[in-house]
Amino acid sequence: MSMLWPVFSREFKSYFATPLAFVFIVIFLFAMGAFTFYLGHFYDNGVADLSVFFGYHPWLYLFLVPALAMRLWAEERRSGTMELLLTLPIPLWATVLGKFLAAWAFAGLALILTFPIWITVNYLGNPDNGVILASYIGSFLMAGAYLSIGACVSSATSNQVIAFIISVVACFLFTISGAPLVLDAFRSWAPLPLVEAISSFSFLMHFSAITSGVIDLRDVIFFFSLIGLFLYANMLIVDLRKSG
Amino acid sequence: MIEIQNLTKRFGPVAAVTDLSLTVRPGEVLGFLGPNGAGKSTTMKMATGYLAPDQGTARICGHDIVSDTIAAQQRLGYLPEGAPAYGEMTPREFLHFIAGVRNLAGADARAATERAIAGAELKAVLDQPIETLSKGFRRRVGLAQAILHDPDVLILDEPTDGLDPNQKHAVRSLIRGMAKDKTIIISTHLLEEVEAICTRAVIIDQGRIVADATPADLAARAPSGRLDDVFRQLTTRDTAMTGAAA
Repeated sequence: MSMLWPVFSREFKSYFATPLAFVFIVIFLFAMGAFTFYLGHFYDNGVADLSVFFGYHPWLYLFLVPALAMRLWAEERRSGTMELLLTLPIPLWATVLGKFLAAWAFAGLALILTFPIWITVNYLGNPDNGVILASYIGSFLMAGAYLSIGACVSSATSNQVIAFIISVVACFLFTISGAPLVLDAFRSWAPLPLVEAISSFSFLMHFSAITSGVIDLRDVIFFFSLIGLFLYANMLIVDLRKSG
Repeated sequence: MIEIQNLTKRFGPVAAVTDLSLTVRPGEVLGFLGPNGAGKSTTMKMATGYLAPDQGTARICGHDIVSDTIAAQQRLGYLPEGAPAYGEMTPREFLHFIAGVRNLAGADARAATERAIAGAELKAVLDQPIETLSKGFRRRVGLAQAILHDPDVLILDEPTDGLDPNQKHAVRSLIRGMAKDKTIIISTHLLEEVEAICTRAVIIDQGRIVADATPADLAARAPSGRLDDVFRQLTTRDTAMTGAAA
């Protein structure tokens, strides 16, 4: 357990050592604002809630979270520090978890910095702050799920661009797996339970359930098991590549 | 103490290391020699737990690197080839991170870091990002990282590569100073380095040991009494053949 902290803090600080943290946060906040106010017509709706704002989160995460995750392992491989990292006496699970938690904490920080919109909506009306809190928690969980996919993909390559593109595609499939676009392709031939299983992997479905204000344990478990699954795969990939 | 037992590694059709066994005892400084591609780095990568061997294993102070990896790595200081380090960190931050990973905290961590900084002569560059440092300084950052926790076993892959003659001299006296109670393996291309600091020289070629003796005994095998003549004799024919095959 004591190994988790050095890995986490080094990784977290590394975001701020380059302009990456600044660029990411600025673009994240700018895009959130632009989507909510221009595309989402936040003012014109005349409703004091943040459903428009949260509705864009999955689509923004789709591109921004893989950008955050792509360097996690690919950069270590490219620069050779992988050899240093894996010959230090750190259990592999601590390395994998520490890196993931650092990226997740960073995503959480970016999310917290959207608080002016929460202040705005409270100034304009009387929103249900319970729903907003639940939505923030749901959004954070979903960011973690996207990140675990990105971390896993990053561990399989030393090329950050490849890591980014594959992560975006994988995240996209998880996002829309409940949409007709995907389900129709299966419905014609696959048995119903399979179609339902595929649609139950949809991030959108689990996230919108939470943003309606109910934190159902099943949705929370979904996101956590997905994170666990991809981090485990991440471990296996790192371990497998040790055999050359 | 390092016990390397029957290490074997293949990369596809190429046998990088074949059935290599070697025991190094405390007080020994073993110079690991061989032409490029002979399997020096691959052997070191397996002995430190970075690469999984196809067969065989290595024991570091009795701890098996394959089955008891963390315990073995705790007793080990390793300078990988090219001295990789996190470029955006300063040597001070980097060594602080290493101290944390080595389970050192508070006064222990400070003392260990001070000692490593003094040993590797890093004082002048402590607060500059590692990526802005010269090759020589980067190598010394890697060295400081390897000796930080005062390990019983040191494995150094080309510790003096890229250093100027003064820095080479400094690193060699550092290694010589630590040699008394530690087990040290260094790989190098510099035969004069072997004569200067090693108590034992092992030459490998195509993944096999072709010579294992003291540097003086080895040098005496050539009529000229020069180590590089022996090295060439033992390794050229084979490398010429691999060159033709490739």
